[in-house]
Amino acid sequence: MNYETVIGLEVHLQLSTKTKAFCGCSTAFGQRPNSQTCPVCLGFPGSLPVLNEEAFYYSIKVALALNCKIQDLIKFDRKNYYYPDLPKNFQISQYDMPLSYDGFVDITAKDKTRKRITVKRVHLEEDAGKLMHPAGESYSLVDYNRAGMPLLEIVTDPDLNSPYEAYDYLVRLKSILEYLKVSDCDMEKGSLRCDANISVRKAKEKVLGTKVELKNMNTFKGVRAALEYEAKRQVSCVKDGEKIVQETRLWDVERQVTVPMRSKEEAKDYRYFPEPDLVPFVVDKAIIDKARDSLPELPEARADRFRESYGLSEYDSNVLTGQVDIAEYFEKCAKLYNNPKTAANWVMGDIMAWLNEKNVSIMEMKMTAGSLADLLKMIDNGTLSGKMAKDVLSEAMETGKAPQDIVKDKGLSQISDEAQIEEVVKRVIALEAKTVIDYKAGKKAALAFLVGRVMKDTKGKANPSVVNAILIKNLGQ
Amino acid sequence: MDKLHSYTAHALMKMIDKEALDPSTIRSDVLDRIERLDGKIKAFVLVNRPDTSAPASGKQDTSGRLSGIPVLIKDNICVKDEYTTCSSRILEGFRPPYDATVVKKLRCEGAVLIGKANMDEFAFGSSCETSCYGPTRNPWALDRIPGGSSGGSAAAVAGDCTIMALGSDTGGSIRQPASLCGVVGLKPTYGRVSRYGLIAFASSLDQIGPITKDVEDSALLLGVIAGHDEMDSTSVDMPVPDYTKALVKDVKGLSIGVPKEYFVKGLDKDVEECVRGAIEKLKGLGARIVGISLPHTEYAVSAYYIIGPAEASSNLARFDGVQYAFRDRDSRDLIDMYIKTRSKGFGNEAKRRILLGTYCLSSGYYDAYYLKALKVRTRIKEDFDKAFGSCDVIITPTSPTPAFRIGEKSGDPLGMYLSDVYTIPANLAGLPAISIPCGFSKEGLPIGLQILGRHFGEETIFRTAYTFEQNTDFHRKRPAL
Repeated sequence: MNYETVIGLEVHLQLSTKTKAFCGCSTAFGQRPNSQTCPVCLGFPGSLPVLNEEAFYYSIKVALALNCKIQDLIKFDRKNYYYPDLPKNFQISQYDMPLSYDGFVDITAKDKTRKRITVKRVHLEEDAGKLMHPAGESYSLVDYNRAGMPLLEIVTDPDLNSPYEAYDYLVRLKSILEYLKVSDCDMEKGSLRCDANISVRKAKEKVLGTKVELKNMNTFKGVRAALEYEAKRQVSCVKDGEKIVQETRLWDVERQVTVPMRSKEEAKDYRYFPEPDLVPFVVDKAIIDKARDSLPELPEARADRFRESYGLSEYDSNVLTGQVDIAEYFEKCAKLYNNPKTAANWVMGDIMAWLNEKNVSIMEMKMTAGSLADLLKMIDNGTLSGKMAKDVLSEAMETGKAPQDIVKDKGLSQISDEAQIEEVVKRVIALEAKTVIDYKAGKKAALAFLVGRVMKDTKGKANPSVVNAILIKNLGQ
Repeated sequence: MDKLHSYTAHALMKMIDKEALDPSTIRSDVLDRIERLDGKIKAFVLVNRPDTSAPASGKQDTSGRLSGIPVLIKDNICVKDEYTTCSSRILEGFRPPYDATVVKKLRCEGAVLIGKANMDEFAFGSSCETSCYGPTRNPWALDRIPGGSSGGSAAAVAGDCTIMALGSDTGGSIRQPASLCGVVGLKPTYGRVSRYGLIAFASSLDQIGPITKDVEDSALLLGVIAGHDEMDSTSVDMPVPDYTKALVKDVKGLSIGVPKEYFVKGLDKDVEECVRGAIEKLKGLGARIVGISLPHTEYAVSAYYIIGPAEASSNLARFDGVQYAFRDRDSRDLIDMYIKTRSKGFGNEAKRRILLGTYCLSSGYYDAYYLKALKVRTRIKEDFDKAFGSCDVIITPTSPTPAFRIGEKSGDPLGMYLSDVYTIPANLAGLPAISIPCGFSKEGLPIGLQILGRHFGEETIFRTAYTFEQNTDFHRKRPAL
């Protein structure tokens, strides 16, 4: 019997507005606890929320980029529940009328076909604070710096049918969000969070199985792993004739399993009702038009363009456009250097490997796109060998020094001067008489050895193809 | 000059303008009055005495519209660093780190913040009896309630213990006590006055307004506190007229609507007589009287007691002992802290309304109660829209009865809720309405007349009220204390 997995995802995105969603407090990350608060975001009695226009505008941009419809009338609701990180004991959110709905993101399924995932709703709400539990103490502390930060909730329909698809959706969604520059999309800082709903059912079955909500995944890979684990767990439950319990489970990253969250005794009843402190308003069409006009070229469109204007493969275009900063870096370099395929190889190869290893973004890397172009030109004009160029690249990425300066400081310039090389070649031939005999006897490996000797004597600076040619010429004499 | 406390603000301002009065003397006179009388009335929960150790600050600035005028602030309006408790134990010790917008405006005009006024706990009540500090007494009969919830504000104005006061009105909390204490109380149009710093009861109904000795002071004080506030999204961005210019002694050609649904069973005979007399008086002064119908009036109280508590249950959720004010210190864990803090911090009426509101918003009940109440609210608004097609203002009684005795209705919440039957519709519809004195019961208790206007029709209300007041002398009568 085959089983089908049904997954829906809920992404929370912190918008990188200058100030919070409903007050003027700063949204800067990592500040002293409770230093970025005011009576409004602390929910002090008598204080009132006022919608941050920038947060609204960012939300509209996201909605448009995800192909959503925009609600004519924008209204907020209160979601009531008690928790110490929630200063008012209600969250300003949107319930029956999310600011946008019915959009989509196209993903690539495992069989390489394109699949459209419906974005059911995108709504704006406020974030909560953070509880801190000092080790060994009987009390907890609350940091309200995060309370009131603008948060977008992006919810899909249960259209995803495998952890693979869920992962691809998240990667593509994040890519789009990064292009919009409305959030730093940093999962480590919590500015992008993902919860998942998953159920299984027998193939061809129409009715959905009982869903389980998964939380506490801190990376996209974690989401994929949690879904993989949970799908297996549910299928084996069903096979054993057990009932799936509708519950929230937490991903335990250490043990790579999902565990039930301490179940709440009662069903949640958030007692949503319209937020009376914020007057519903009709969206100004001009604002939507402005947001639409300001949308950047999005990843899919850019990948298409990279294929067409730079002649890159589909794979290369997708890799390069997946992250907006890398796409922009590549494109800057490609404008200064006439062989885009070579530039692409360097970006996707050594540079991306280095970024991964150092766990930094290309924005944080010190080497400019202009420097990369300069470096590639030095290979083309024979100043540097490929091997030398890699060394220069490492140093440039590390220090940001111009490749020309690195070459100069280290005296790295490649020797292409034939007379100079011939001198070394003659000396090597004189010293390695035995190898020369081998060569003449037809041993091909002997040539490689001699080239190596010449390279060693020139400290690797000789242009290898020139060395090759001169050796053959001299050995033939 | 020895009875400054009995003057109105506009009379005092005239003297100050003529340099016939040192504004600082008003405060000391009023403070003496409070000292002598507030032990009986108990209108104040806090009296601001000037810091006598500070050196006198030389010549006072008299450029403000209320320079030196004592204004009493209801205890649900935030005053920076001053105890603001909503007469509730749960806000024990709470000192807001900011001023309400209305308080800022008063300071700008040179007003003296004389103290904080007692009220029903969180404005839940019509008698001032639910205060954690105990009831305020009606200056006209100390064994009677002053009305509520702005009972402290109204009683202090009636007892000359302040020149003016601010109240808040969610279902009649300014107008009903003004009526019962024989003073003038105005609930402005929803959105006319910023609510920033008003500790919310029901956000969609609450409005701050003046309680004063006469209509001119009401116009003066409204002019100071009204206006758009970027801190309050529900405040309306409309220019504030000079309301004192609307004080014209003339109602000729004005159409006054009298709703038949307001003169029914439950209306006290003396009240009906006085209100009908007032209508006759206005007719005699040239107004046209039009019979109107507000057919959904009978559902107003029910709708109000769903919408109000629903919003209140959410607004009051923040009082949980986590951040500020009262926290029960004996709790074992978080849930225990919530339960004990709220059980001990809130009084019975607050608990009743929180429970009621929570219930009405709960899943499975929302449509039957909350949503239905919103529909009633729309109908009531439509009633008024229609009525204002044939009249300029509407006149009704403010309260169905004069002041009742302390304790008389405290065991009868439904009976108490009906005290607001005539005032609630204006809140549901967001309309402005004033209560002005229009006579006395046979027992000598003040009776009030309510005048409702169109949205932002405060000027027409003032004109009508002023004309009536200037042709009668009910507002000049003062209780014997």
